[in-house]
Amino acid sequence: MPHFLDFEKPLAALEGQIEELRRLSDNGDLNIAEEVGKLEDKVDRQLRQTYGKLSAWQKVQVARHPARPKCGDYVSGLITEFVPLAGDRLYAEDNALVAGMGRYHGRPVIVLGQEKGNDTESRIHHNFGMARPEGYRKAQRLMDLANRFDLPILSFVDTSGAYPGVGAEERGQSEAIARAIQASLGLQVPFVSVIIGEGGSGGAVAIATANTVLMMEHAVYSVISPEGCASILWRDGARAQDAAEALKITAQDLAELKLIDGIVAEPLGGAHREPDVAVGAVDAALNEALRAMDGMDGPALQAQRREKFLNLGSAGLA
Amino acid sequence: MSWLNEFVRPKIRALVGKKDVPDNLWHKCPACEQMLFHRELSDNLHVCHACGHHLRLAAKERMGFLFDGGEFTRVEFQSVTPDPLKFRDSKRYTDRLKDAQSKSGEKEAIVVGHGTIGGQGAVIAAFDFGFMGGSMGQAVGEGLLAAAREAVTRNAALIAIPASGGARMQEGMLSLIQMPRTVLAVEQVREAGLPYIVILTDPTTGGVSASFAMLGDIQIAEPGATIGFAGKRVIKDTIREELPEGFQTAESLREHGMVDMVVPRGEMQATIARVLNLLREGRGASVETPIALAAPDAASGMAPDSAHGD
Ligand SMILES: [Zn+2]
Repeated sequence: MPHFLDFEKPLAALEGQIEELRRLSDNGDLNIAEEVGKLEDKVDRQLRQTYGKLSAWQKVQVARHPARPKCGDYVSGLITEFVPLAGDRLYAEDNALVAGMGRYHGRPVIVLGQEKGNDTESRIHHNFGMARPEGYRKAQRLMDLANRFDLPILSFVDTSGAYPGVGAEERGQSEAIARAIQASLGLQVPFVSVIIGEGGSGGAVAIATANTVLMMEHAVYSVISPEGCASILWRDGARAQDAAEALKITAQDLAELKLIDGIVAEPLGGAHREPDVAVGAVDAALNEALRAMDGMDGPALQAQRREKFLNLGSAGLA
Repeated sequence: MSWLNEFVRPKIRALVGKKDVPDNLWHKCPACEQMLFHRELSDNLHVCHACGHHLRLAAKERMGFLFDGGEFTRVEFQSVTPDPLKFRDSKRYTDRLKDAQSKSGEKEAIVVGHGTIGGQGAVIAAFDFGFMGGSMGQAVGEGLLAAAREAVTRNAALIAIPASGGARMQEGMLSLIQMPRTVLAVEQVREAGLPYIVILTDPTTGGVSASFAMLGDIQIAEPGATIGFAGKRVIKDTIREELPEGFQTAESLREHGMVDMVVPRGEMQATIARVLNLLREGRGASVETPIALAAPDAASGMAPDSAHGD
């Protein structure tokens, strides 16, 4: 049973009809086939209409869609010979932050990403994609590994934020994130990040301080969740829609503010409708981003990344 | 409620008339509720006489008691577009900014100054919590980058004094990217071989704590300061349990290995001076010659190298 978002409800009705008709048309009735075709066109038009002008809040829903491809889908679709690597060597393994090495189009790479999981069991296993300090320290460890063995880094960002827990705080969540950013800025290898779903605040930046930061067409990237912002600034969590608009969290807004380097187009109706197509689109964008850095040496890569962040948002400089 | 508030204050008001006594003559200690007279309070570096609570302090006052002789020169930094997102919640962001500016007398939530501490050149970048909760937006990022540049140019130490709830939401992602930008500021100071000291004050949370504020060569915290990443309410809502006593305080961070020391405000200047002197002298220090051991060497008149002679 597919999951329909609130604003997709009209589609749900249409697709229900199509399914019904298909069941009836087992005997190859031409009239029914024609009717199905018409309905499919209608679905297509509606998708184009709805998804062509999603509001920021609707994009938040799409970015959090349970069937949206997750970090693991990109890893299994794009990385061969994947070797998961675990542990921060200090305290624990963090299953929210997936890490490992493998080959991307033949070239060895280090992979980082937050995994939200796709059913109750895996969601709990991955702590809903909310990493603890250990996850960020594991990321630092692998960044160091990448640097020493000259391996490009790919990161798949998808988190509502770093985990807000007592132990996480006591073990230095802030410090772990700060050091991950510091390690990112010290890298002498190509580093490409893709915000595949939710880019939630500091917990996302920790693995997204990259040479090239790409965003999926309907992903969001924000300093705070719209709900959190609404409850603080509007003193009313129900104003999340207004907060989502005001915060400018969509790929389109962030590209305009020059805070991201590119947008990856999603299949019609969002990545959750055709996960394979979405993975393919990310593949093409990643490949292009990496190729653009071929021939750049370590110091040049580091300098490019630093210059970029120094100048980021300078459009806003008076 | 203390007797001062109940009794003395109305009496003084009756004597001199309400308008002549500005409200800020008396401050109530947020910890013990003692009423504190403003002059005594500022003489005591805004630490409560009664309970030792460290009250929040404006950036320029911090500079006043940290720099030698209270002397410092302000470092100006590049101004930014005041409201890049045209943000509006219950109020316009531009109005909030104007309010904060007229209330604090500062242009932004950070003040940068240079001077000396214990004779060592230092640049201080201090936050004003009173300015929109010390939140970090583009201007604060520029302030930290300017402070780092100034430190490198002057071959001086950088001292960051955060007092901030975190990112400036009204600047959206432009505020979040100040995390890597301020880390870059720290990197520039490190790469120049200069000391970077952080004094964590109440409160240091969110994106500020998860960037430049946790990267000091020496991490110092003021007593009782709240320091953490996630807000207490968010954590409580997530774990649905009471938080342990002393959670996210300076003292608990020291216990968990996240800061080097918790230093009362009254000892801060001397502590920073000592740390800077130790770090900056390095191996270039003029080593005092221990008298007992020095005597034979001096008597024989041997060149230091001759010990390796054959
Ligand atoms: Zn007190």
